[in-house]
Amino acid sequence: MHALSIRNLRKTYPNGIEALKGIDFDVAPGDFYALLGPNGAGKTTAIGIICSLVNKTIGTVQIFGHDIDTDLAAAKACIGLVPQELNMNLFETVQNIVTNQAGYYGIPRRKALQRAEQYLQELRLWDRRHEPARNLSGGMKRRLMIARALIHEPRLLILDEPTAGVDIEIRRSMWDFLQRINAAGTTIILTTHYLEEAEHLCRHVAIIDKGTIIENARMSTILRKLQREVFVLSLREPLASAPVLPGFEAALRADGELEVAVDADHSLNDMFQALNDRNIAVVSLRNKANRLEELFMRLVEGKSAGQAEAAG
Amino acid sequence: MNLSLNFVALKTIVRKEVVRVLRIWVQTIFPPAITMTLYFIIFGNLIGRRIGDMGGYDYMQYIAPGLIMMSVITNSYGNVVSSFFGAKFGRHIEEMLVSPMSNATIILGHVAGGLIRGLLVGALVTVVALAFTRVEVRHPLITLSMVLLSSTVFALAGFINAIFAKKFDDISIIPTFVLTPLTYLGGVFYSISLLPEFWQRLSLANPILYMVNAFRYGVLGTSDISIATAYAIVLLFVVVLFAVSLALLNRGIGIRE
Repeated sequence: MHALSIRNLRKTYPNGIEALKGIDFDVAPGDFYALLGPNGAGKTTAIGIICSLVNKTIGTVQIFGHDIDTDLAAAKACIGLVPQELNMNLFETVQNIVTNQAGYYGIPRRKALQRAEQYLQELRLWDRRHEPARNLSGGMKRRLMIARALIHEPRLLILDEPTAGVDIEIRRSMWDFLQRINAAGTTIILTTHYLEEAEHLCRHVAIIDKGTIIENARMSTILRKLQREVFVLSLREPLASAPVLPGFEAALRADGELEVAVDADHSLNDMFQALNDRNIAVVSLRNKANRLEELFMRLVEGKSAGQAEAAG
Repeated sequence: MNLSLNFVALKTIVRKEVVRVLRIWVQTIFPPAITMTLYFIIFGNLIGRRIGDMGGYDYMQYIAPGLIMMSVITNSYGNVVSSFFGAKFGRHIEEMLVSPMSNATIILGHVAGGLIRGLLVGALVTVVALAFTRVEVRHPLITLSMVLLSSTVFALAGFINAIFAKKFDDISIIPTFVLTPLTYLGGVFYSISLLPEFWQRLSLANPILYMVNAFRYGVLGTSDISIATAYAIVLLFVVVLFAVSLALLNRGIGIRE
């Protein structure tokens, strides 16, 4: 049984916009699954349908075997949602927001208070529990939405851009927390624009663009498709011009650093050998772009170019 | 339907609503008491003395049940419409929509919230009324049942208003242009027997007339209309408005894209 199974899911809004054009995908139990795509690709619409916030036009959605058309309450009970936009009563206290959510899932108040303490402690919000949510910082509000989504201990947690606008330190601590709950058995679906985040956390990735899924595979498989990576090298001695490195494309940047493109036929050792042969000493090296980001741009831009060509 | 889950969910909504009403008591409880005190002073005490008896009671006694019912109705309606629309506007309605509780539970929870605020304000206005006149309840069961049913009707009406409302203007249009005129023309301040026949007949189309008169019958033992008719109409409104609310929520009108 899949944690989530979607077949031929379509959504056309009353204004005629076709947000989803018949998508299919499955998420295995225990997976950490990235759902990526540019703005307006249909990610949030898909999540809205899964969580019953948006009416679908056609198609089926099953959560741990519960169909949202025939067994909606059981399907809903399996899901915890951290939405993209803040959707809490900012005048309500932190503790009440979490315990009320527990109540909506049928968890008695005494038990809800115990769980609220557990999750608010873990997400470092316990000291602020009696304060209204409007007093919290942006990062704290995001963490509060995670605590709220977990209070009924869902089997499937859906996070729609949970780290948007959150500083690096909090983002890293949220990553650690999400990895811990995933290791404990919670299936997680994540949408994010930080592709480094998806690459770091997720084992499976689907890329959605203009309402269709254009890629769906294991993260390791998808990254192997990357035929070419560009590295930026800091050099011990500045160069007057870009060196000729046989088998590699090299370009000198305005800041004096050297960009070298390495394709799948060559290794980094080959590149360093070529640099050594020319007595070029390298102090440090970094990827020009995140690997998934490079692939993502290639897929999305490639599809757009293909469509333009077909249209032309 | 999972009954225990829905019972806990219902208690949670009611608790949330009560916390909300008490948290902003300066907006929810206090103003109606001030308004009704002014009504008692101006209409009951100053003008009422010149009006004399109405329906066999002095004017202050006659309007007291109507003013109590008016405050219950407007506050039941106002509580649900502002709370549910506020949840829509602030998007925290999604907290309820993603949960497995039934749509009937969402409606009942908000109606209960409206009822509680209506009764709290009604009790406060009764205390204010006691400072001006004697209020002896002749038929306690009729008084209590009619106040509960009327409060339910207007809580449901407020719920439907909130479902359709898209902006804050939309939740003040109905109270301003429909609810207030119907209340003032619903026999709160006068007996419809004083009206010309045409206006008497027209008044019979106003549901608030039945609620105010049945409630007045419970308190004073006098009414312009048949109590059985009043119960039939109020019960019919409860059933129809609940069914409409449920159908709207099930279809996601105004709350789901």
